Amino acid sequence: MSTTMKNAPEREEIEVLLPWYAAGTLNRRDTARVEQALANDKELARQFEMVREELGETIVVNESLGAPSQRAMKALFEKIDAEPARQPAAVSFNLMSRISEFMASLSPRTLAYAGGVAAIALLLQAGVIGKLVGERTGSFDMASAPVTTSVPRGVETLVRFSPQANAAEISEFLKANNATIIDSSTDGNFRLRIPAKKEQTAEIVKKLGESKVVTLVLPATN
Amino acid sequence: MQQTSDEVLIQRIAGGDRLAMQVLFARHHVRVYRFVLRLVRNESTAEDLISEVFLDVWRQAGRFEGRSAVSTWLLAIARFKALSALRGRKEAELDDEVAEAIEDDSDTPEAAMQKKDTSAILRKCIETLTPDHREIIDLVYYHEKSVEEVAEIVGIPENTVKTRMFYARKKLAESLKAAGIERGWP
Repeated sequence: MSTTMKNAPEREEIEVLLPWYAAGTLNRRDTARVEQALANDKELARQFEMVREELGETIVVNESLGAPSQRAMKALFEKIDAEPARQPAAVSFNLMSRISEFMASLSPRTLAYAGGVAAIALLLQAGVIGKLVGERTGSFDMASAPVTTSVPRGVETLVRFSPQANAAEISEFLKANNATIIDSSTDGNFRLRIPAKKEQTAEIVKKLGESKVVTLVLPATN
Repeated sequence: MQQTSDEVLIQRIAGGDRLAMQVLFARHHVRVYRFVLRLVRNESTAEDLISEVFLDVWRQAGRFEGRSAVSTWLLAIARFKALSALRGRKEAELDDEVAEAIEDDSDTPEAAMQKKDTSAILRKCIETLTPDHREIIDLVYYHEKSVEEVAEIVGIPENTVKTRMFYARKKLAESLKAAGIERGWP
């Protein structure tokens, strides 16, 4: 294991990200990059300790500033009281607002349970469709372009992406696994296709499951 | 117990819910005050400004689209208000206030060095950074804002956020070195 990173631009990039890593505000991909670099570069690890000192003392500086007096709140509500009255109907019947409020009121456990039930329902549905398709024999041809060679379907899986994963991370994940999204459902599950042999299904499911971008990976019935 | 999310509070505020406004104010006013105080360096002005910030929230809640966190939105409004207030002051007035803030009665980095208090020196060096550098250090370390969020609050590209933070840290290291603390970086 080396003690310093050999790639200078990559090292500089990681060095720049250290403050956000220390504050815990980096995305997962960059967090993983920084963690890997810190494990292999003692000089970078030393610098990270400096960042942590800076972070700690910045918090002390800010916390020592105290808090505003009651005057600020009093002034605010006096101004609010002087504002023209609102028309509450404009918002209270807003559907999206109500849905959002309802979702926010659900506990994570409730949401997880609902999500699990939805995933099982989806799997059952996929199973039934898969069986029906499997029972059919022969192939179908397009009238305009008869297909004489079959395209390998590959391995299909059902995944659920982590709510914290952003578009760039998902895109990176798909690219890294050579995966294509072929279907999605309203309950947040996605069907992916990866060009591989069916015997590799378990191996692929395991590999996909190791990524922090996904929270659920299951083999899908083709 | 689960607390109502900031986004839900904003929706209620948009509907004229005064209590939701109180909850949002209680949740965020201290941090917003500290952010503004670090910019304007005057407690009375900072207090006036935070009531202005939350009054804007009351007025504009219906237009909040939720594309950023509520705390990020609050800091962006606060920054705009603080900079407008600073621009409104006369030059001489501003110079006096800055001088007062610098010439406070706490230890200088050199005095703290004599006491061998490294943490105190570091804090003193953080306090004497330029406003731009102090602002970015505060946003990243204290307000826990991501690169994207800082870019939104300050109104600069994400790459500029990264380089500004890097130079702020570099300046900090130079100040520490001048005060007798050699960290071996940069």
